[in-house]
Amino acid sequence: MTATETLHQLKQAAKPHLALSPERPQLLVGIATCANAAGARRTRDRLVEELEAAGLADGVDLIQVGCVGRCSLEPLVEVRMPGEAPRMYTEVNEERAAQIVRQDIAGGKPIATWLLDGGATLGEPARATADVEPGEINLFTRDWQHVKFFARQLRIALRNVGRIDPESIDDYLAVGGYAALAKVLDSMTPDAVVQTLIDSKLRGRGGAGFPTGLKWKLTRAEEASPKYIICNADEGDPGAFMDRSTLEGDPHSVLEAMVIAGFAIGAEQGYVYVRAEYPLAIKRLKRAIEQARERGILGEDVLGTGFHFDIDLRLGAGAFVCGEETALIASIEGKRGMPRPRPPYPSVSGLWGKPTCINNVETLANIPAIILKGAEWFAGIGTEGSKGTKVFALAGNVNNTGLVEVPMGVTLRDIIFDLGGGVPEGREFKAAQTGGPSGGCLSAAYLDTPIDYDSLREAGAIMGSGGLIVMDDTSCMVDIAKFFLTFTQDESCGRCTPCREGTKRMLEILERITTGKGEERDFERLQRLCDVTARASLCGLGQTAANPVLSTLRHFRDEYEAHIFDHTCPAHVCRSLLHYEVDAERCVGCGLCRRVCPVHCIVGEPREAHTIDLEACTACGACFEACKFEAIVRR
Amino acid sequence: MLYQREVLDTPQWWQGLDEMIASEREANPGAVQTALIPVLHYVQDRFGYIPPKSVNHVAQALGVPTSYVCGVASFYSYFSLEPRGAYTISVCQGTACFVRGSQAVLDEVCRQLKVSPGETTPDMVFTVSDSARCLGACGQAPVVMIDDDVYAHVQPQDVQGILTQYIAEARREMQTREELAEIDARSNHE
Repeated sequence: MTATETLHQLKQAAKPHLALSPERPQLLVGIATCANAAGARRTRDRLVEELEAAGLADGVDLIQVGCVGRCSLEPLVEVRMPGEAPRMYTEVNEERAAQIVRQDIAGGKPIATWLLDGGATLGEPARATADVEPGEINLFTRDWQHVKFFARQLRIALRNVGRIDPESIDDYLAVGGYAALAKVLDSMTPDAVVQTLIDSKLRGRGGAGFPTGLKWKLTRAEEASPKYIICNADEGDPGAFMDRSTLEGDPHSVLEAMVIAGFAIGAEQGYVYVRAEYPLAIKRLKRAIEQARERGILGEDVLGTGFHFDIDLRLGAGAFVCGEETALIASIEGKRGMPRPRPPYPSVSGLWGKPTCINNVETLANIPAIILKGAEWFAGIGTEGSKGTKVFALAGNVNNTGLVEVPMGVTLRDIIFDLGGGVPEGREFKAAQTGGPSGGCLSAAYLDTPIDYDSLREAGAIMGSGGLIVMDDTSCMVDIAKFFLTFTQDESCGRCTPCREGTKRMLEILERITTGKGEERDFERLQRLCDVTARASLCGLGQTAANPVLSTLRHFRDEYEAHIFDHTCPAHVCRSLLHYEVDAERCVGCGLCRRVCPVHCIVGEPREAHTIDLEACTACGACFEACKFEAIVRR
Repeated sequence: MLYQREVLDTPQWWQGLDEMIASEREANPGAVQTALIPVLHYVQDRFGYIPPKSVNHVAQALGVPTSYVCGVASFYSYFSLEPRGAYTISVCQGTACFVRGSQAVLDEVCRQLKVSPGETTPDMVFTVSDSARCLGACGQAPVVMIDDDVYAHVQPQDVQGILTQYIAEARREMQTREELAEIDARSNHE
């Protein structure tokens, strides 16, 4: 029996009532870390209670799905009634959950004001799951074409996230899951798989952008055995959460790609190295591995073809440097997670000295779709040097925080203003930070630059893993550089001197500048330190640690100058450079500031203008926040 | 929870630890060190930190020097060699939270509890984490996590309300424990 036939049998034996079934009324509730923070679990429990109370518990399916990516409106509940267009309720607290069941599900009257985009235009009625071709990637957009936030996206890596129950392998099978694996096992040679990857021009999504096909080819060419596949899920960049979302929403697509990788390079064992800070992702990965083993997709006899491949989990333990591949390998081996010089690269000498292929979560999630739809299709998306799509975690001072997947070559303006809905409270856009602590801050001048690996590098930032933090005029760019340096300094493993000492000295200079003790020569010192640290450090952490400083120096030099020469912080962030005064004209002597001051440095008689003792003031800003008459002036 | 620390220290549990190491030895003969980090997770999940006694035990079972185990345990910020409070508070210090004012939230937590980041309150109820890396809930920034409970969009003025629940919970537990101890003492006396 071929793998495809085995897969067909598995699908026949699936449980009833799968997600997206057009015949049954369904409620899809996003249950992921970000949704849970907004109270999604309580929402789900309330929905269960209300369905039972209304006698609908058997007639309506309540299905948990991953994060649909519209984080700021969580918890989200999608209602899918047979023959009707699906509708998405936003900010569903317990009260709303109760009303949705009573009025919409039981009463047949949708509540338009709570719907995404006000429900102004509803999409087409849901299509049958049976219509889904293997490799179907528009599960999301076909239902949500009318919502701008989704319409501009192209979801390849995230194709199933938010659409299926991540804890059910049957749901994954129903949307064409493991069909790519079956195709590979039945009709492709390992070389053909590697060639497909090369032709697709897929580049690693973890940060550096190394061609994935080439990595597979190099590992395949090694003669030593055994070989290993590692999935790097040590997503450490602050502000990046696309890997967490993928693992929480569609763990099987990553596992499937790992088995394909094993077949292509000749490995029989894979490891997923995942952060300990992601308990829900770990739980869902564990469950996915168990289910795949039960169904004979992992283990001694993959889909009845005799191919042997298994996957185990390894947890990180809070060391950012373990995202670097040689450090990650050391960590799996049970050592301190410190990088070593390359070459030899892991493809030659990796885990336990054996050839090892390490791919990032998002990279892997793309692969089943590439196998099914072909290299040409994938290579037709994106820009000259960067093919396919990229997932961005959109956060910071932007209206629609969330997860978006867009074709390479889209501009920052499209992402931040079209998808992201711009900067809140009418404030002004100041900078976009990409690539986490290894990346840089881009100014408004770069809003119209098409984003891909190469254009970002030219601008002094990097693609990185895809964190995209939007900053408005309340962020001080020197302070931001200091924030990232504090992070890298803390996470520097200490093995090589340029990184260990270079980050420390840069941080000291930035601390001086933000406390008003900077000197003109600090520009030169910083520049030199950046240069040495970038060129002489052992691994990517040190080599890129200077980027936040270099990019802010380049694009926001005026802010450094204000700190150094004028001893002012234009964004009013750096506390040592701030002082507060009372505007005697406006002060009515209400005494509120006196009461909120934590150091009791404000004095004044009732109904008379108060004064602040500047010697004792710690510039905490409590009085500024509290005053109702705008009588506290910040300088 | 952690007030029952002594209760957690059972022979069965140590046996479970040995079995775990034995099965890793079987799975990866010749590379049993690979079990070290999973084993340290197992220990910390149980006790909330890595007690000295377990360091020696693990070192012996894996056949590595105690210094090696200490070296690894102290390298990773997730592992603590000091006892922690019943609740660990992590004020996310990721970029999105930072941009949205998490520093003020952390300051307020420390002010309320009169500790610095990385310290534990003298009554062993709270530990304020000094290494709260991005929790990946950037869309809800600023985020505070107390054990496994995640709080979204936290402002400094919300801190007191959040902490109060946990203090109340801890008090109840302490009280129950004192009462139990009293009952024990009385029954022993009789």
